[in-house]
Amino acid sequence: MTRPPTRLRAEIVERPIDAAAVIASVADVRAGATSLFLGTVRDTNDGRAVTGIEYSCYRAMAEREMMAVCEDVGARFAPVAVAIEHRIGALALGDVSVAIAVSHERRAGAADGARHAIEELKRRVPIWKREHYADGTREWVDPTKQGSGRWEVGSDTARDVPRPTSQLPLPAP
Amino acid sequence: MLVARRAARIDCGVTLTVLFFASYADALGRGELELTLPPGSTVRALLALVRAMPGAELLPPAPLVAVNQAYAPLTHPLATGDEVALIPPVAGG
Repeated sequence: MTRPPTRLRAEIVERPIDAAAVIASVADVRAGATSLFLGTVRDTNDGRAVTGIEYSCYRAMAEREMMAVCEDVGARFAPVAVAIEHRIGALALGDVSVAIAVSHERRAGAADGARHAIEELKRRVPIWKREHYADGTREWVDPTKQGSGRWEVGSDTARDVPRPTSQLPLPAP
Repeated sequence: MLVARRAARIDCGVTLTVLFFASYADALGRGELELTLPPGSTVRALLALVRAMPGAELLPPAPLVAVNQAYAPLTHPLATGDEVALIPPVAGG
């Protein structure tokens, strides 16, 4: 018996994300586990009070790269289904910016697949965010320059640079 | 003679659209640009032209580039009708 292909869905949306609908879109009786990852707008970043985030994207490429992330999860973890929705536009504190659902026969594949998907999305999908701060200023977020967490100076900079969708080498950063 | 040669050069030049997003669009004051480059031009040649634009000093020395919605290296050859995009550091999620 051949295994049915993984169901994949990737979408940029301009409306609130319905997490229950994203979970429902990967529902399948072959799955014994479903993992959901939600990214939400946090009230601080790098010690600054954030009041909201404005997301924008290169839509055609972003959806293509999100689908490539789904395919990568499919190839690595053999899930039953993968769905990614990313919201763009003006988001308020607590709003869901991204939802990733992975259904799998087993729990490890579901959890690891969802984790891999968000890491790859953050690395290669052309989406940008401009944070609005409590002092009235706003700035484009540059994860390669942030002074905290995994992006700090001395971290492995190779993973900061997206890989091309093809096998072509990238220009030096 | 000179006019004829120039016309021939334009005829076989590479005319394409360049897209700028987020911080790069702010730096250059525009989101889109139509460019004609000499035949055989690569991503590297296009970046050299972009670097001469006012505001381009705010861009990194080697920004990521996508050609027709796929990341491309500096040596990627360009063709008429290509959609080229300069990709600022991505920050989804």
